[in-house]
Amino acid sequence: MKRRDFLKLGLITVAGLTLPLSAFELLTPEALASLRKKERKGRRWGFVVDTTRCVGCGMCVKACKLENEVPFEANVSRTWVERYVQLKDGEVIIDSPKEARYGYIKNDPQGREIKEEEIVKGFFVPKLCNQCEKPSCVQVCPVGATYKTEDGVILVDRSWCIGCMYCIQNCPYGARFIHPVHNVAEKCTFCYHRITKGMNSACVDACAFGARKIGDLHDPNSEVYRIVNTQRVMVLKPEFGNEPMVFYIGLDYIVR
Amino acid sequence: MAIEHVHGELWTVKELFNYPNEYVYWTVHIAVYPYITGLVAGAFVLSSFYHVFGMKELKPVAKFALVFSFALLIMAPQPLLFHLTQPQRNYHILLTPHFYSAIASFTVVYFTYMIILLYEIWFAYRPYIVTQAQMRKGLLGLIYKILTLGSYDLSEKARHTDEKAIKFLAAIGIPSAAFLHGYVGFIFGSVKTVPLWKTPLMPFIFLMSAVISGVALCIVTYVIGCKISKREISEDAVRAMGKLLAWFIVIAFLLESIDIVFHGYIAEESWEILSIILFERIFTKMFILQWGMGMILPFILLILPRLGVTRAFISSLLVVIGVFMMRMNVINYGGQGMSKSLSGFMTYKMPIIPNSLETLREGLPAVIFLLAMPFVLLWIFNKILPVFKNIEAEEH
Repeated sequence: MKRRDFLKLGLITVAGLTLPLSAFELLTPEALASLRKKERKGRRWGFVVDTTRCVGCGMCVKACKLENEVPFEANVSRTWVERYVQLKDGEVIIDSPKEARYGYIKNDPQGREIKEEEIVKGFFVPKLCNQCEKPSCVQVCPVGATYKTEDGVILVDRSWCIGCMYCIQNCPYGARFIHPVHNVAEKCTFCYHRITKGMNSACVDACAFGARKIGDLHDPNSEVYRIVNTQRVMVLKPEFGNEPMVFYIGLDYIVR
Repeated sequence: MAIEHVHGELWTVKELFNYPNEYVYWTVHIAVYPYITGLVAGAFVLSSFYHVFGMKELKPVAKFALVFSFALLIMAPQPLLFHLTQPQRNYHILLTPHFYSAIASFTVVYFTYMIILLYEIWFAYRPYIVTQAQMRKGLLGLIYKILTLGSYDLSEKARHTDEKAIKFLAAIGIPSAAFLHGYVGFIFGSVKTVPLWKTPLMPFIFLMSAVISGVALCIVTYVIGCKISKREISEDAVRAMGKLLAWFIVIAFLLESIDIVFHGYIAEESWEILSIILFERIFTKMFILQWGMGMILPFILLILPRLGVTRAFISSLLVVIGVFMMRMNVINYGGQGMSKSLSGFMTYKMPIIPNSLETLREGLPAVIFLLAMPFVLLWIFNKILPVFKNIEAEEH
């Protein structure tokens, strides 16, 4: 065999081998995940709420209101914490006084005095906008003032919203409200102004217990990716078909 | 930043557990809006029964119903201007309509219908306009001259063309009037988060209640209008309208009751709280006022033999009130009466006496203004296009 032919054959062999090898490359878990769902390119912001870690201190609500300039005393909020108390007789008491901006400091669900021995189950559930994959609020906006960014966060154009409140009606989660100062639809943005600059959402930073996590659902190195893909997580109200992107650990059937 | 209240807080009473951001965001104006739109459709359908289906008894009210429909149509979208938090931006819906939204096409549907209606009115009144333009001088003469649009031909042939045009416009007007209001029903029926609204029957429920309210209001206004302008009331016309009203009540009632029965029979998760709202919290408003006084009683009054003007008038008045109650029950008290958490109630308290700009805008005075304006407009239009006079007799 001439040296020339040897080189030629060798190159063909190497080229031929790389093809099936690249097929093996495709079979990594991340790549498989990307096959399962299209449009898995680029960043997709997601959120994980670990309800088992929430103590109801309300610091997240406080931080959110201050960071996003939602008047502190106004009875609306981009995020809030709900308290669930189940009694021995099966009754479920739910409340979220002042969105929990002052935290839960007393055993007084809905202002009632409940004896501790009556309670069988009690926990907190932080809520925020679910930044749905198929957001019904965006679907119904008549002027296109609310939209989904490429990395999956739903935003409102304050200069274009007419305030018809159709989006508020169509959000299954009650995440939207009218901003008391700007007088247009308002909602949680995962602190888009922070996360796009490499920071965490304000509520995530304010949580001392690690109950809230923000991250890229497409990035295998992010904690959010790891939790969503390896643990048993649940979303709120999947029956609406919105495909919410806030995943919950420790959700219960009594959670609304 | 000191903020006294957030939008919705002033008229919402919350009980048990509601999500913190939940309020009755769609107030009475969102009930007035489909109410007036419905009256438009109802009045138009009434005039079409003469123009298309040839119900001769309705001739004395056919023109009146058309002009009244136009007066109502002008006011139909006005409640929205009172309701939007940024009313000055209303034109955005024309600049960047987002057609996936059920609201976005409203302007298209609205103006299409308005054009059809205006054409029909013009053809219907053309002979009158031409004779007036030739007779009158001064400002009124000038108005009539402009209204002729340069067409003075009153020959037999031209009049025949007019008739054909009216018939054609009335015929395409029925589906567009039905679409205009069915579409408004769809705006509500497609809200998937509100169990009471979420039904494909909604456009039809709205359409049928629209027809009964429209016909009923035409009876009421025709009777009062004739009394005020001291003209003879055509008893045949009133009786014909009354009969029409009775049969449409049957359809409307069937649709509304099927909807409630169906909700109860399939008894989805939301039925537990929805049934409490319907049978306890709004029982009087819904079953007594809306169904009993607004549909069943007028139906009985209308089908009893020897129907006269007084009885038809009273029945119609009941229907007009009943349908308004229906709009508020569906939108304010029923639909938004519960939390999306299905664990709490919200009660809508309409502001009666305004004490701020917001309660003035969203309260009773604004509602009275909106509901009174169609009559003011009708009174103005009546000066130029007489609706109660027998104008054919005057032309000759």
